[in-house]
Amino acid sequence: MNHRILSLVMSRLLITAITLVIVSFAVFFATMMLPGDTATILLGQAATPEAVAGLRTAMHLDEPAVIRFIRWFGGLLTGDLGTSYANDMPIADLIAGRFINTLKLAGVTALFSVPIALTLGITAAMMRGSLYDRIVTVLTIGVISVPEFMVATSAVLLFAVYLKWLPALSFANEVHSITDLLRVYAMPVVTLTFVVSAQMIRMTRAAVVETLNTPYVEMALLKGASRKRIVLKHALPNALGPIVNAVALSLSYLLGGVIIVETIFNYPGIAKLMVDAVATRDLPLIQSCAMIFCVGYLILITLADILAILSNPRLR
Amino acid sequence: MTTDTAKTPAAGRLGYRFNLVGMLALAVILLWGLVAVFAHLLTPYPVGDIVDVDYFGPMSKQFWLGSDYLGRDIFSRIVMGARYTVGISVAAVAIACTTGVVLGMIAAVSGGWTDTLLSRFLDAMSSIPSKLFGLVVVAAVGSSIPVLIITLSVIYIPGAYRFARALAVNINAMDFITVARTRGENVFYIIRSEILPNILGPVLADLGLRFVFIVLLLSGLSFLGLGVQPPYADWGALVRENIGGLPFGAPAVMFPSIAIASLTISVNLLIDNLPNKIRDRSAQ
Amino acid sequence: MTNLVEIRDLKVEAKTDSGRIVEIIKGVSFDVAEGEIVALIGESGSGKTTVALTLMGHARPGCRISGGSVRVAGKDMVQLSEKARARVRGTEVSYVPQSAAAAFNPAATIMEQVIEITRIHDLMPAAEAKARAIELFRALSLPEPDTIGNRYPHQVSGGQLQRLSAAMALIGDPKIVIFDEPTTALDVTTQIEVLRAFKAVMRRGGIAGVYVSHDLAVVAQIADRIVVLKGGEVQEAGSTEQILSDAKHPYTRELLAAFEPKARGAAPVVSQVRPILEIENIVAGYGTIQSNGLPLICAVRSVSLTVEKGRNLGIIGESGCGKSTLARTIAGILPTCGGRVIFDGQELAPSASKRTHEQLREMQIVFQYADTALNPAKSIEDIIARPLSFYHGMYGAARDKRITALLDMVQLPASVRNRRPAELSGGQKQRVNFARALAADPKLILCDEITSALDTVVAAAVIELLKELQRELGLSYIFISHDISVVEAICDEIVVMYAGEKVEQVIPSTAGKRPHHPYSQLLFSSVPKLDPHWLDGLERDPELVRAYCQR
Repeated sequence: MNHRILSLVMSRLLITAITLVIVSFAVFFATMMLPGDTATILLGQAATPEAVAGLRTAMHLDEPAVIRFIRWFGGLLTGDLGTSYANDMPIADLIAGRFINTLKLAGVTALFSVPIALTLGITAAMMRGSLYDRIVTVLTIGVISVPEFMVATSAVLLFAVYLKWLPALSFANEVHSITDLLRVYAMPVVTLTFVVSAQMIRMTRAAVVETLNTPYVEMALLKGASRKRIVLKHALPNALGPIVNAVALSLSYLLGGVIIVETIFNYPGIAKLMVDAVATRDLPLIQSCAMIFCVGYLILITLADILAILSNPRLR
Repeated sequence: MTTDTAKTPAAGRLGYRFNLVGMLALAVILLWGLVAVFAHLLTPYPVGDIVDVDYFGPMSKQFWLGSDYLGRDIFSRIVMGARYTVGISVAAVAIACTTGVVLGMIAAVSGGWTDTLLSRFLDAMSSIPSKLFGLVVVAAVGSSIPVLIITLSVIYIPGAYRFARALAVNINAMDFITVARTRGENVFYIIRSEILPNILGPVLADLGLRFVFIVLLLSGLSFLGLGVQPPYADWGALVRENIGGLPFGAPAVMFPSIAIASLTISVNLLIDNLPNKIRDRSAQ
Repeated sequence: MTNLVEIRDLKVEAKTDSGRIVEIIKGVSFDVAEGEIVALIGESGSGKTTVALTLMGHARPGCRISGGSVRVAGKDMVQLSEKARARVRGTEVSYVPQSAAAAFNPAATIMEQVIEITRIHDLMPAAEAKARAIELFRALSLPEPDTIGNRYPHQVSGGQLQRLSAAMALIGDPKIVIFDEPTTALDVTTQIEVLRAFKAVMRRGGIAGVYVSHDLAVVAQIADRIVVLKGGEVQEAGSTEQILSDAKHPYTRELLAAFEPKARGAAPVVSQVRPILEIENIVAGYGTIQSNGLPLICAVRSVSLTVEKGRNLGIIGESGCGKSTLARTIAGILPTCGGRVIFDGQELAPSASKRTHEQLREMQIVFQYADTALNPAKSIEDIIARPLSFYHGMYGAARDKRITALLDMVQLPASVRNRRPAELSGGQKQRVNFARALAADPKLILCDEITSALDTVVAAAVIELLKELQRELGLSYIFISHDISVVEAICDEIVVMYAGEKVEQVIPSTAGKRPHHPYSQLLFSSVPKLDPHWLDGLERDPELVRAYCQR
């Protein structure tokens, strides 16, 4: 039995590896589509043809794209992310601090949204059809249906403009006390929590409702089990896999949300760095940031699938 | 088997019963559709003209929804913005769903290597976060309406593919497909005549959901300044332009947001209130 | 003496997909005495399960008990609060579901679930409950009674799960047990064991029962009284003897008539010409081909058989014996890994896609589930029209005429033409399914379990139709089924399959011959008879049972 799980997990990991190669290929070539010659752009229109040719050779721009891709991909794997065009710094140095900021933001968001979403999702499913369930459903549809920036602007309006509890902008480098910390993270975290929780509530609710419709739940009812017992003993253990899966998948929405939220709140994370890099057309920096996002996303969806495999009681 | 499955043929094919919420949602969607088509007849002021002496002007008889950061009429700009938001999204969703559904059915019916390759490739594509993909491509190629439409549709092809394929695989496992195959029918006939009619309902519902995603992504990109470029503006770009009015709750930043929300929430509500029959025929 | 159960004028409403309210149980009344087993018999949709569930005060989602009373041990289950109902469930009334495989929670061990009732109602300490469960496992002749409870549901077979679910129902010492078609999903040889176990346990404990089934012969073995339901109404009720020997109601008689052995009639004279189909040493299966040339999972191992023109061959066997795979192989849906299929003198390519138009046309296959065999999005007319234009290039008025003729042939009214499959009854759908095969003008029709999803009476009518068409059109059938009586009613010869191999080829028992092979004997002797004493009188060689019934 156990080696069946192992082989399923291994094959899932293999698929992830293949996907990673395809994704990095796509990222590499998407940025290759940038019009104009990189060397000319870097040196400016006034540069001599000799200088351009020299830079091209130095940057291996003469080589076929596939070779450059392999060189770049090899660099990624060994931690060499290249050098930024814009300010000539190693990208690894540019990214490190920003990356940690983004991770902090994501971590704090997850800390809030997972318990909130699971509670709301599971209770809504238990009370399916009730007023409470309908309110939760309508609210989640509402949040899912609007762009992240709207959740953010509504949060600003509510907490910063009307209630004046929090500042609209955040600067992570000026943290001196816990109150500062709260003020800095509050708006971005509140916004992201809304966005991510809505997804998670919806998926959790669906997972629990599905198990509540099974014949073994009806059987438990016909044994005289109480509602609490039916949910705790029969529905939840079987919904666990789908729920964990839903959590991991919903957290992947963080990645999309973080791009907007960091931009709006001027949060010095990796997404902001990338949006700025897009403005300056700093190719290696865009590639590296994009890869970090893709890898993060891939890890989460792979984790979701593996957890689903592990929690399948039939494979035990 | 316990419930009597007596069906009323009359309520069958077209006579779907909508509830009130569904009807309202449909009305809002139709309204925005009409606004998009007849935008040029509905604008009280030319879209680009500065008509108010004040900027971020309040709502008034003259300027129904106030004026923007330059003093342009917001109502006119929202009406014109509908054309961009709705138009680009409809075009993108049409391309994404047509391509995705056709590929999905082909993969399901052919199976084997065609299926494996297509599925692996499109699954890999979908593991690039959508906003990021849009960001990278638009940054690389520059933003124009055709680029936006193609980028948005490419992003949502994998999803449409996966959905259609899953449905088609279910249908493909049915005996009437086996019967058609042993009759000697070709793949084209099976796709068009046996599979498509059976997945059409759920595919249309999915198209609605994907439309919402596309509207959201387009608005997000425009909000980041990567969408529709000035002097034109879709709803997302209108929010971006007027974000300066946020601290004092200017109507110029509120109403474009409300426009987006009214459209996307309506589509979601409409789909949620569709009869189960069309929503998940796969579950049969 | 008052009755244990008294149901009076019970009414149940259901909400249809379109939101209409229909009454599905229209005033049902009957009693169950202490220790008595009453069978509820009827076709699908007759409301028998719905009635049985009301004994626990339960109505499935979408249904509602709208009137009448269901008194169980003096308490009216209709009036009780949900809390009070829960107290009765499992302790006074308990339930054995149709599919135990679905009714067991996959995430918990069997023992946990079997003794759950004692925990819920706080009946006894866990250790005592476990000891009692093991006792029940033994009484229900389950293998390894001491340890089987430690397994998870997916680790035991369907027949065992069904008995385990009976243990689950009996643990709380109920006064009455509801059996909801508990043996329908089982093979005949397994069914006997399960039925025997049920009967023994119920008799020993003097427990009353409500046994829901569509199978009169099964019910005859276990029930004291029979209530015949149709369309949510009681048609007839009486003691088992009385119903079997002296049924009053025409519907009950129809049910009984479907059991009468019908000889195939005089088999046509065997013609001198070559057989229509010859199969030589067919090997087929699923998965990649191994080094020894066999597929990974070998479903059919070297089977040979011959079908003469105008004669019918039956293939019987239990689930997983490879009979359906054999049909799919012959039709070219699943290509063979070895052996030859010779059809009307020509060797056929293994895969249907390599066969000629004519070859495909002359051999048609009809599947079990008309629901999935007919495209739900098309009208009956379109479904039958396609083979006409595809094979015969027929269009317009000629095709129209032919469709009318075909519908007439399968005895369907012309009014079904523009309907969709979902608007037809099960029997009607199966007729359309058959008409589509006939539209090709075939010489041979492969019938894969075509009557298995139908109610007894409807199935009998379909078999009659098939016989009639054969006389008119000179067809040959290969008739695949797990139901021996159906095969005997229509076939000239019967092939018995077991574990992918052809065990024996026999002549129907109606012709007076007995099978020789021990497995065929076991299989044929396991078919329930209408005689209420049949099960008690049946003797089976335990060695044989062990050898052939591992499931």
